[in-house]
Amino acid sequence: FAEFDDAANLLAANPDATTISIDEPAEIPKNQHSRRQEPGREEDDELLGTDDSDKTELLAGQKKSAPFWTFEYYQTFFDVDTYQVLDRIKGSVFPVPGKNFVRLYIRSNPDLYGPFWICATLVFTIAVSGNLSNFFIHLGKPTYHYVPEFRKVSIAATTIYAYAWLVPLALWGFLMWRNSKVMNIVSYSFLEIVCVYGYSLFIYIPTAILWIIPQKVVRWVLVMFSLCLSGSVLVMTFWPAVRDDNRRIALATVGTIVLLHALLAVGCLAYFFDAPELDFPAPVIPAHNVSTVVTKS
Amino acid sequence: FAGLADVSISENIPVEGEITVPVGSHSPDEDYSTLDEPVRDTIMRDLKAVGKKFIHVMYPKKSSALLRDWDLWGPLVLCVSLALMLQGGSADSKDDGGPQFAEVFVIIWFGAVVITLNSKLLGGTISFFQSLCVLGYCVLPLTVAMLVCRLVLLAGSGTVSFIIRLIVVVAMFGWSTLASTAFLADSQPPNRKALVVYPIFLFYFVISWMILTFTPQ
Repeated sequence: FAEFDDAANLLAANPDATTISIDEPAEIPKNQHSRRQEPGREEDDELLGTDDSDKTELLAGQKKSAPFWTFEYYQTFFDVDTYQVLDRIKGSVFPVPGKNFVRLYIRSNPDLYGPFWICATLVFTIAVSGNLSNFFIHLGKPTYHYVPEFRKVSIAATTIYAYAWLVPLALWGFLMWRNSKVMNIVSYSFLEIVCVYGYSLFIYIPTAILWIIPQKVVRWVLVMFSLCLSGSVLVMTFWPAVRDDNRRIALATVGTIVLLHALLAVGCLAYFFDAPELDFPAPVIPAHNVSTVVTKS
Repeated sequence: FAGLADVSISENIPVEGEITVPVGSHSPDEDYSTLDEPVRDTIMRDLKAVGKKFIHVMYPKKSSALLRDWDLWGPLVLCVSLALMLQGGSADSKDDGGPQFAEVFVIIWFGAVVITLNSKLLGGTISFFQSLCVLGYCVLPLTVAMLVCRLVLLAGSGTVSFIIRLIVVVAMFGWSTLASTAFLADSQPPNRKALVVYPIFLFYFVISWMILTFTPQ
């Protein structure tokens, strides 16, 4: 009964914490969520979704048991149906205030389908929309020669996939480090963080399509709007995880999350979409005139 | 086997039957080995198989011939010809030109592999190479579209030619997606079909975009 030893050690270290006693100790799920309910934190129930997530977590503890070199192990990350993916996308676009995206939609079944294909779609949407927008902006000018700008696809791919995988890695590492110093109620696994980030990027797909409209005001309104929506999803997900920490560190973490998200949006807008009001003057081509003079004479 | 201890078989039950061993005849008329046939027969057999699959793609019916006898010759030929035709784009020796040969090649093959892995991870029952075969063969309508686009661009590159190219590419893109969906959708679990079809749609959309934005120098 190693679990009892662990519990005894933890109690000795932190005698003020209240612990839950579970009837059958053999069924304590081996997952990363520490469940300590302290009185007076009723709002956590909503955010934690404790109504039926106990069951799903007990079941989830036995799910990912295939060794990592088999194909079945990776199939467990794609164990979603169409309606589940659509629900998660809907949850990322319409954040319900007070509801945690991870608890409400992911429920210990993080998938890699959503993050991967949303990022792929976003890469191609940004590249294609940027190309189209530049084409329309420069359309009437006589010196403009259309180029497909294919290199920008690889730049977009690198940026977006790096953001969707490295930032969650850094955030997960940071949260694990803080977890070792301050006991948090909520802690997320790496895949759940990747999942939240991936689905929160979905709102940028229609935003990128609407960025074709060559009006600066429209573009910036769109940036603000999409940033509010996806930023609020991220904030509501990660606030319970850092809330117990030092106030300034918690605010700095959440602020950094929002700042990086904003940087991604603004950076994509600035790099892939030319500014609409800049008017390139038609340059004089003296060589052409000289050659016509020569032929005419 | 305690229950069988008291079962006894009398030893004089006649056993009847026939045992024949097929004598392996090594006459050269037996068609099991293709080592002795003329080279022309070997090549024509493969060419006929590839041609039959091309016809299956152009008229997608629910036949399993495409899936059963997969081969990757057709996809290779299509990919190479598409990549070659996409060359000669407006490369101003800056980085803004169209895709290079290697980029088209990598996009098609890497994209097909990723889509196949995706459908297998979602629980599909199709084999890896069968899926690659179908996805590669269904690039045929888009290759035809590329050929048509290059011919149209020889005539001129104004608005009319763009509209013609747009219609052709959109039609062929729809054809490709429908053809590959017709072959691949049956092997997927029923409540995940949309999850499998969407990446195929994205894949052919990217190829169509490369074809449509091709501008000669």
